[in-house]
Amino acid sequence: MAAVTRGLGATAALSSANSKKFQFTTRRSLSGRKGSFFAVESNGNPRSSLNRHNNRTRQLVTNAVATKPDSAAASTVSKPGHELLLFEALREGLEEEMDRDPHVCVMGEDVGHYGGSYKVTKGFADKYGDLRVLDTPIAENSFTGMAIGAAMTGLRPVVEGMNMGFLLLAFNQISNNCGMLHYTSGGQFKIPVVIRGPGGVGRQLGAEHSQRLESYFQSIPGIQMVACSTPYNAKGLMKAAIRSDNPVILFEHVLLYNLKERIPDEEYVLNLEEAEMVRPGEHVTILTYSRMRYHVMQAAKTLVNKGYDPEVIDIRSLKPFDLYTIGNSVKKTHRVIIVEECMRTGGIGASLTASINENFHDYLDAPIVCLSSQDVPTPYAASLEEWTVVQPAQIVAAVEQLCQ
Amino acid sequence: MACSATAKIIQPPMSINSTRSPDKSDNCTKLLCPSSFLGPNKKLFSINKTISPLSRRSATVVAVSSDVVKKKKVESNPVSNLLVTKEEGLELYEDMVLGRSFEDMCAQMYYRGKMFGFVHLYNGQEAVSTGFIKLLGNRDCVVSTYRDHVHALSKGVPARAVMSELFGKTTGCCRGQGGSMHMFSKEHNVLGGFAFIGEGIPVATGAAFTSKYRREVLKEDCDDVTLAFFGDGTCNNGQFFECLNMAALWKLPIVFVVENNLWAIGMSHLRATSDPQIWKKGPAFGMPGVHVDGMDVLKVREIAKEAITRARRGEGPTLVECETYRFRGHSLADPDELRDPSEKAHYATRDPITALKKYLLENNLASESELIAIEKKIEEVVEDAVEFADESPVPARSQLLENVFADPRGFGIGPDGKYRCEDPKFTEGTAQV
Repeated sequence: MAAVTRGLGATAALSSANSKKFQFTTRRSLSGRKGSFFAVESNGNPRSSLNRHNNRTRQLVTNAVATKPDSAAASTVSKPGHELLLFEALREGLEEEMDRDPHVCVMGEDVGHYGGSYKVTKGFADKYGDLRVLDTPIAENSFTGMAIGAAMTGLRPVVEGMNMGFLLLAFNQISNNCGMLHYTSGGQFKIPVVIRGPGGVGRQLGAEHSQRLESYFQSIPGIQMVACSTPYNAKGLMKAAIRSDNPVILFEHVLLYNLKERIPDEEYVLNLEEAEMVRPGEHVTILTYSRMRYHVMQAAKTLVNKGYDPEVIDIRSLKPFDLYTIGNSVKKTHRVIIVEECMRTGGIGASLTASINENFHDYLDAPIVCLSSQDVPTPYAASLEEWTVVQPAQIVAAVEQLCQ
Repeated sequence: MACSATAKIIQPPMSINSTRSPDKSDNCTKLLCPSSFLGPNKKLFSINKTISPLSRRSATVVAVSSDVVKKKKVESNPVSNLLVTKEEGLELYEDMVLGRSFEDMCAQMYYRGKMFGFVHLYNGQEAVSTGFIKLLGNRDCVVSTYRDHVHALSKGVPARAVMSELFGKTTGCCRGQGGSMHMFSKEHNVLGGFAFIGEGIPVATGAAFTSKYRREVLKEDCDDVTLAFFGDGTCNNGQFFECLNMAALWKLPIVFVVENNLWAIGMSHLRATSDPQIWKKGPAFGMPGVHVDGMDVLKVREIAKEAITRARRGEGPTLVECETYRFRGHSLADPDELRDPSEKAHYATRDPITALKKYLLENNLASESELIAIEKKIEEVVEDAVEFADESPVPARSQLLENVFADPRGFGIGPDGKYRCEDPKFTEGTAQV
C-alpha cells in the first residue's frame, strides 16, 4: 500500500492543475474579499466572464498524465505554490476558514490537546483555545447533536469523527436532525455543519475500523457528501464545505493522509457539487472516488501501455452526482466502469449505476460495470483484506473485457 | 404545611399510593396536605442549604437556596409575602388557560378530521410550561419533544401559527412541513419539536454551547439560557446522560426540565427505571438535582427562577424534575386504558389552573370577573386561530423542494450542465432531483 500511495503522488500533483475551478454566476461570490483569490480556467485565461455555460464547452487539456501543467495555471500563477501532505492541506483549509470566520469551531474526540488522531487539528487548541477546538467526551450521538444545535443558533461547527465508523453512533442525529431540520422547520433553521473523518479500508485495521459509511448516509435527504482524494481537493473541499450553508459530510481516507502534492499559495475554494476530470480519454469512462482513484490510475498506466485510452473521473461529490461531467463522458466513450471501495450492495456505485442508466441509457454500448468491495466484513489478515478491495489488476481486466 | 419545593419526593396521601415512588422515607407524609397547592405561607422553603460544590458530591438532596428566594420575594412584594404580583398572576393564568383551551380545541379538530397523524396533548402539565417559559426572554431558547404545542405557545408563537401548522397549512409556523411534533420558530427561538425522544436534548445542549461560545470566544454580551423539556421515559435514554455530563463539564447555561408524568405511553416510570427518583441523577453528574411539584405553577416558577438565574450567571446546568400528570392519553390515538382511574382522579384534584385560580382569588390578586374575562379572551383567540387555519391555503406543489437544502445547489448539477435548482420545474416542485 505504501508503494501505491507514494508512487501516485506525482499523478495527484498533475491532476490537480487540471481541475476546473468554478464560480457560480450570481449568487455567492467565491472570489472573495481577499485580493489573492483567483479562478482559473484550464486554458490558462483568468476568468473574465461569469458565464458558466460558455466555459463548459471549452476545451479540456488533452493529456493529464503528462508533465508539468504548463499551459494551465502556471502562466497566471505568480508564486510557485507549496508542497504539503494531505492532512496538512486539510489543516490549512480548516485554519484559513477559522481565521476568516470566528463562528467556525471544531468538535470531536481528541481534536484539541491531542491535535486530532490524524493530526488535522494539530496546534489548533493553542491557537484558538479549548472552546473553539472542543475536546468532547466519547458520546458521538450527543456531540453531533450538540453541533447541530450550535449550528441552528449561529455557529458553524466542524465535527470530527475519529473514525468515520464511529459516526454510526451518531446516525440518529445525522439523519433526523442534520438532514431534516431545515425542511421540517419550514426553512427557518439552517444547519451549516461539516462532519468529517477518516474512513475506508486501511491497513489491517479490522472490520469495524474499515467501514465505508457513504452508502449508509446517501439516502438521507438534505445532506451533501463529498470525498477528497488529493491534497489539492482536500483543502478546496474542506473550505467549500465549511462555507456551505448545507450540512456536508466530508469523507477522508485513512491511507491517503500522507499523500504529498504541491498546491497553490493563493486561496481557492472548490465546488462541492462537481466531479474532477483526472485523465481525459476516449475508450472508456472510469468513475471513481477517494482511494480507488489511485488504484485506477495505476491500472491506467498499464492500460495505456496496452493501447487503451481510459477517461478517469474522480466523482468527488457522492451526493449529489455531477451528472453533467459524468454524462458528457458517457456520451463520448459509451462505456462505463465504476470503481469504488464501497460495498457491493447498496453502495455509491449501485446508485451511480442506476442514475447513469436512467439518464444516459441511449448512450451506452454495454452494461455498466461496477467494481466494488466484497460484501464482507473487512478481515484482519492482510491477504484476505487485499481481496476484499478492488485491485488494479481487476480494473485492467474489466476494461479489457469491456472494450473487446 | 410543607408542600414545598424541596428536593424530597412529595408523596400523595397514603390512600392513593399505587403509582408513586417506593421511597420509604416517611418524614414527608405527615407534612402533606391533600391539596398541595402553595398558599401565601412562609413555610415555602424550609431548607437552608445553598448549592455549593461540595454538596454536589454528597449523596443527599441538594435544595434550592432559600436566601435568594426570600430576597426576591421581598423585592417583588414589599408589602406582602405573595409569590407573584397581580400582573404576573394574570399572565400566568392566561398562559395556562391558553394552553388548556388550545389543546382541547386540538382534540376537537382531530376528531373532526382537520388534523391527522400523531398529536400529543399537554392537558394537565401547563404549570411546567408556564412556570418556566414565562421567565424567559425572547433570545432564550426552548427545546421540547413531540408534546410541544404549549411550549411553543408559552414562548410566544401565535396560536394562529400553531393551529395552521397542525392543519398542515402553508401559514403554519413551519409552513405545514413539520406538523404537531415539529414546532419551530426562529423568531421566538423555539428549536423544536422532536419526534424521537431524547434527540432534542443534544440540540438544546448545542444552543447552550452557542451561548457560552458567544460570551467567551466572540466576546459578545450574551447570557442566553436554554431550556430542554423532556419526559420520564427519556431519562433512561443515553442522550440524556451524555448531555448531563457535557453540560455539567462545560458549565453550559441550560436547564434540564423533566416533565415526569409517570407514563411513557403505556410504560409506567416505575416499571422502566431502576431508580425512579430522577432528580438524583443530577448530582451524579455534578449538577444540582431538584424535585418540584409540577402541578403548582408558583412552585415551579420559584424553582425555575433559581435554575435560570444560575445558568445566566454562568454557574452551569440544573436538573429539575417536575412531578406532573397528563390528563389525556399519550396521544389522541391512545385509548388510555392502562392508567388507574383513581390515579387520574387524584391528579384531577390538583389541576394547576384551578389551583392558581384559587390562589389568585383567595389572595385578592384578581377578581372572578377578571379571570372570566381572560377565559373569554382566550376562547376568542383559539376560535380565531381555528378560523385562520381553516381559511389558510394548503401548501402548493412548488413548496415541495424548496427547503430541503439551505443552499439549493445541494441538489446538484443535472445532465444539461445547469444546477437542478435552476430548472424552472424546480420552483413548481416537479423537477427531477
